[in-house]
Amino acid sequence: MKHAKRLLLALLVAAAPAAAVLPDEQLQDPALEARARAISRQLRCVVCQNQSIDDSDAPLARDLRIIVRERLQSGESDAQAIAFLVARYGHYVLLKPPFELATIALWGGPFIVLLLGGGFVLVYLRRRRPAAASPPLEAADEARLAALLKEESH
Amino acid sequence: MKRLLFLSPVLILVVVLIALAIGLRRDPSKIPSMLIDRPLPQFALPGVYEDAPGFGSHDFTGEPRLMNVFASWCTACRVEHPVLMQLRAQGVPIYGLDWKDKPADGAQWLRTSGDPYLAAANDESGRVGIDLGVTGVPETFVIDRAGRVRYKHIGPISPDDWRDILQPLLQTLRAEG
Repeated sequence: MKHAKRLLLALLVAAAPAAAVLPDEQLQDPALEARARAISRQLRCVVCQNQSIDDSDAPLARDLRIIVRERLQSGESDAQAIAFLVARYGHYVLLKPPFELATIALWGGPFIVLLLGGGFVLVYLRRRRPAAASPPLEAADEARLAALLKEESH
Repeated sequence: MKRLLFLSPVLILVVVLIALAIGLRRDPSKIPSMLIDRPLPQFALPGVYEDAPGFGSHDFTGEPRLMNVFASWCTACRVEHPVLMQLRAQGVPIYGLDWKDKPADGAQWLRTSGDPYLAAANDESGRVGIDLGVTGVPETFVIDRAGRVRYKHIGPISPDDWRDILQPLLQTLRAEG
């Protein structure tokens, strides 16, 4: 049992996502390297589609990781380093698409669906209300109802 | 009004189906070029052959040309190669950019299979290719007489691609003042 637990732990550790960043790419300065890793995770590998360049083993992803590090080393901000690649590969290179005219349906779509659905529910509830609210009982009916209820409770 | 409300789910379904029919047919690996209607980025590269010069962005003036990005390690380029040889025979001006490849390997590939290019330049580091937004090989840029990129073809050029897309485009560009 103890062995099994240890084995499981070892397997879980081994299963941790392995990034594709190779030791020879890494920067000496840990702060700069951390920034480079954070940027790389936001950039799409243009060869392999739904992988970030941080995860991808593609040679072009490696080139782009090195470019990001070079830009940071030359003193550029994170935004400038990202802009360098966006200028070459377009917004496609960003894993999180920016809010702009071309992506308005993407970002606005859920809210439009919510508005449509909400409107539908509202109209539905409005229509139901008049049927639910019936006029109050007259005095004679009220007395009869009380009598009937009294009878029931016996 | 009531009928419209009743039909609205059907209408929404139709709109969604049309959007999917368009969206799902697009090849997500084909990334639109950022360079369309913009001048080539500045570059100057050495030749693939030891004894022949390469080319640079300043060479793309005077007449519209194609710039084909290739590599000796690229299998899809082998599919495209006979088409390029045919274009060469027809006198279509094509420049070849040997991307992420050793010059000796690029030269070897062109010597053994045939060289369809007016000039072949080597981009061993791949940096010029990245400046051009190259995502893989082969890719072919159509460049007008002012040195602006007008179109990028991703993947091998088939005879149909040439007849339907590239040839008409080159003709239009030649007719431009």
